Amino acid sequence: MSNVKTYVRPMGSWWLRNPFYRWYMVRESSCVVITAYAVVLLCGLLRLAQGRLAFDAWRESLASPWAIGFHLVALPLVAYHAWTWFKVMPKTLPFISIAGHRLADRTIIVSGVVAAIAASILVFLAVFMNVPRVSP
Amino acid sequence: MLSALVGPMLIFVTGVAVPLGFLLPRETMSYDRMLAFVDRGFGKLAMLLVISLFLFHGLHRMYHCLHDLGIHVGAGLKAVFHGLAIAGTVACIYLLTTVGR
Repeated sequence: MSNVKTYVRPMGSWWLRNPFYRWYMVRESSCVVITAYAVVLLCGLLRLAQGRLAFDAWRESLASPWAIGFHLVALPLVAYHAWTWFKVMPKTLPFISIAGHRLADRTIIVSGVVAAIAASILVFLAVFMNVPRVSP
Repeated sequence: MLSALVGPMLIFVTGVAVPLGFLLPRETMSYDRMLAFVDRGFGKLAMLLVISLFLFHGLHRMYHCLHDLGIHVGAGLKAVFHGLAIAGTVACIYLLTTVGR
């Protein structure tokens, strides 16, 4: 097997070719946003460790149009990421049988979405119930 | 999985609601309150899990996306992407242990 010129199909724009592929790429691009968000949090932690002045400056930058814009764009992307995660979970999980019947795909997806909604509400409530009291 | 469960709400709370004072006051993430949050074991754990797991998940998927974009991947690139996630995790742990001292 020496110097055989096998055909290697170029990978340039295969995903532009049909909507299913394009949505796949949107789904995969959500991971860039998730990484970026983790870096934002890490920066915040760094600023927290650097002291009050640094952290307050970071908070200010978090309110800038660019930062708000980034988070507003990230929100639907990560929500789509969550949705597609649960949509594909029937394929990523091993078969689960309960009482002799295999767990249906729909059950898995619905449970996942319900869990995500519940977790989101929990997170919001945890923050909301602990907000500082603003003296009138 | 964690990013699917709490990702959207966390982004909304920390990136939109609190900075704008929308539904939640701006002081929710004040210096003193955040310091108190990471002072507790639960706060440290939550911070570490979110940052580290989001980093690993995001970078791992980015690594596999390279192939979709036609970039040839190998052990080297794998080490870079996962190395970045490990570096981020180590930085996070270091910061969590030194914050507030």
